[in-house]
Amino acid sequence: MTVVEDRPATADAPPPKRANPVWALLRNSWRQLTSMRTALILLFLLAVAAVPGSIFPQRGVNRENVSEYFTEHPKLAPVLDRFFAFDVYSSPWFAAIYLLLFTSLIGCVVPRLRDHFRALTTVPPDAPKRLDRLPHHVDGGRRPEEPAAAAAEIAKLLRRGRFRTRVRETADGWTVAAEKGFLKETGNLLFHFAMLAVLVGVGFGQWYGWHANRLLIAGEDQGFCNAVTQHDESVLGPRVDASDLPNFCLWMTDFSSTFQDNGIPKSFRANVQVNEDGGAYRQTSFSVNDPLRLDGANINLIGQGYAPVLRYTDRFGATQEKVVAFLPTDNMLTSEGVVQFPDVNIDPATNTRDPKLQMGFEGVFLPTGGADGSAKSKYPAEDNPVLYLAAYRGDLGLDSGKPGSVYALNRRQIQDGDLKKVSGERPYALRPGEKWTLDDGTTLEFVGTRRFATISIRHDPTQFLMLIGAVLGLAGLMLSLAVHRRRVWFRVVPAEGGSAIEAGGLPRTDYSGFGDEFAALTRHIKEGTP
Amino acid sequence: MAELSNQLMALTVLAYLTAMVCYAGEYAFGKRSHIGRAASRQLVGAGASVPDEVPVAEPAAGKGELVGRVAVVLNLIGLALHLATTATRGIAAERMPWGNMYEYILSATLVGAAVWTGVLLRKPAVRHLGLFVSLILVVLLGAAALVAYTPVGPLVPALNSYWFVFHVSTIIISSGIFLLGAVPAAMFLIKDGWDAGRRGFPYTLGRRVGDAGSLERLTFRLHAFAFPLFTFGALIAGPLWAEASWGRYWGWDPKEVWAFISWIVYAAYLHARATPSVKRTTATWIAIIGFVTMLMNLFGVNLFFEGLHSYA
Repeated sequence: MTVVEDRPATADAPPPKRANPVWALLRNSWRQLTSMRTALILLFLLAVAAVPGSIFPQRGVNRENVSEYFTEHPKLAPVLDRFFAFDVYSSPWFAAIYLLLFTSLIGCVVPRLRDHFRALTTVPPDAPKRLDRLPHHVDGGRRPEEPAAAAAEIAKLLRRGRFRTRVRETADGWTVAAEKGFLKETGNLLFHFAMLAVLVGVGFGQWYGWHANRLLIAGEDQGFCNAVTQHDESVLGPRVDASDLPNFCLWMTDFSSTFQDNGIPKSFRANVQVNEDGGAYRQTSFSVNDPLRLDGANINLIGQGYAPVLRYTDRFGATQEKVVAFLPTDNMLTSEGVVQFPDVNIDPATNTRDPKLQMGFEGVFLPTGGADGSAKSKYPAEDNPVLYLAAYRGDLGLDSGKPGSVYALNRRQIQDGDLKKVSGERPYALRPGEKWTLDDGTTLEFVGTRRFATISIRHDPTQFLMLIGAVLGLAGLMLSLAVHRRRVWFRVVPAEGGSAIEAGGLPRTDYSGFGDEFAALTRHIKEGTP
Repeated sequence: MAELSNQLMALTVLAYLTAMVCYAGEYAFGKRSHIGRAASRQLVGAGASVPDEVPVAEPAAGKGELVGRVAVVLNLIGLALHLATTATRGIAAERMPWGNMYEYILSATLVGAAVWTGVLLRKPAVRHLGLFVSLILVVLLGAAALVAYTPVGPLVPALNSYWFVFHVSTIIISSGIFLLGAVPAAMFLIKDGWDAGRRGFPYTLGRRVGDAGSLERLTFRLHAFAFPLFTFGALIAGPLWAEASWGRYWGWDPKEVWAFISWIVYAAYLHARATPSVKRTTATWIAIIGFVTMLMNLFGVNLFFEGLHSYA
């Protein structure tokens, strides 16, 4: 981003030495990289490279959407994946662009920082011979003082206007050189260094930060403590060890939500009991836009839903109760889920489990079921809760060791006939408190529901520094856009009855307001004229 | 109140539409020289009703001049209606009218129209740009009413934050000015082509347009004003809110991606503009690309992609 000025060698200078070709290549490449043209191209490449990240689902944003894309486009997806289409912002080619851009930036701003320090310590240069050749020129009239005193007075007035000034004596009189607007370059450099700081901050934040998700059902029995094993999903930065996570435990006492008549949510709040570092539990709460800020971790409310409580009584009279979160599929909180009872129908006489007698129930929960019996909820609050379930008996396939979804039954087991549907064609409707007697005499009772919240637990050690960097960058940006560097010169020569003044002005940057400022300045100085 | 807002909306579009027709009329019948010379005096006369200023208009300039003045009046009426539409919408919803895409476009175009009117009143010579400004206003407002209309309602909990005011207002103001800045940018390119001797279709529009240099400066000043504001709104207030709401300050949500792209492109424009070796036309083309990315963010992202910013 440097403007390279090519000055022709003077005629009597010795011929330039032939440089080492390797050195010349390196130097030319560096110059090319740090040139404004390259920086602009890299900026453009960065903008273009960011586009695919909005077209293709990103693993860092939504992992489920990526796997959905893989099932929808089984041929295309692996090819795209090879080009990091699902990890655009952590891909080598994206990194290559921004690293080159920032190298170019460093190559540009470091020499400029040096030059700027030099400029700040250099006095304004002397007036050119002919002030009337400058873009702005005015015959400043006369002042009653002697030239030396007039020059000193002008310099004083200019200094009051925060100009850097220098008064010089010349052959025919005095000159006052003044310059202002160094904050433009200061601000510009501040902005670019702040950008570098932000990039470094992002890097450190990823190294030393971590984040996790957890689905938290209301109730003390459903609480958890902050550990990788108790998270549903967690991502630790490369410099974070599982034992570094802050020590806290959390359980949700209740979750409140309100909705408008058309089902659009009005408010959410999760009330929780939390303890930190093994201390006593304390009551607190958090909401959307109002995270729970603990020492070393922030907890944000991301989602919510219903978890039906189901009690199964097997053929030997043994009862098991389970609370299972059903995942919402629409804004009215129509929720899908499955409840599995692998360890039921165990004969107390032999204490053996018959793998053909495991039970699974799959279906939807509607917080407000309609009169028409459709499987879509009419309203997100529990006005007429109903659970539609289908019952399956057989081998649930949980012992195969293969990871499966906890929100659906194992399809393979059903296809292979190891898991059979034992309820009718239409799913069975259950309301809270109702009991369903199956064909073998076992019963399933819909006890009621609990609320659940999905929470994100996150720690980013550099984010406050990033904020400072961004604010400084903005301050620098505003300075560099609002301030203009300009020079003015006054020539004071002896004349009848005092001294005659001539003034010239030169805006160093494109600055349309300079004419007015120059006119006001020279008028102000002329006011000393009798 | 909500219905009143909808009726006012229709009237706003109508006012801008007739203003556009009048601007087009002036464009077709008016003589550039007369507009240039007389517009400033005319407008002072129209606004401050100083009687001895009015007769400056020569009879020959009459038709186009008159139509142009009517256009400005209609433009002012349109702005007043536009303001009333937005205000009644806010009153009906009992909150700031920035809660969904319809309201967002309503507010962003209001800022654009207000800045345009401000520039118009201070520098009457830019009146010839009115045709294009009103065209953009009509198209955007029409799209808002037809594609993005949402009934009045309170905010969803995710938007219920004081950062809402900072983030959305600064984004609205800066997008409004960026969108407006595209008008002198396009006119500069057309005028520059006309001056270079091109006589093809878009360049013929440049015949009656003012000085290329001042169009280019206006472009730069609008962009240089909007850029820090956009930086604050998108890259400081946005991440601060995202941190409180979603737990992370930046997450490459489609809206964030396109805000990042727009920011990069406008940054490239400012760099190109500040570099003497880059031609002003090249720099201005970059500003036009920035405009396209802003439109993409305004419409495309809401309509094509699913993301966390989908409230409309």
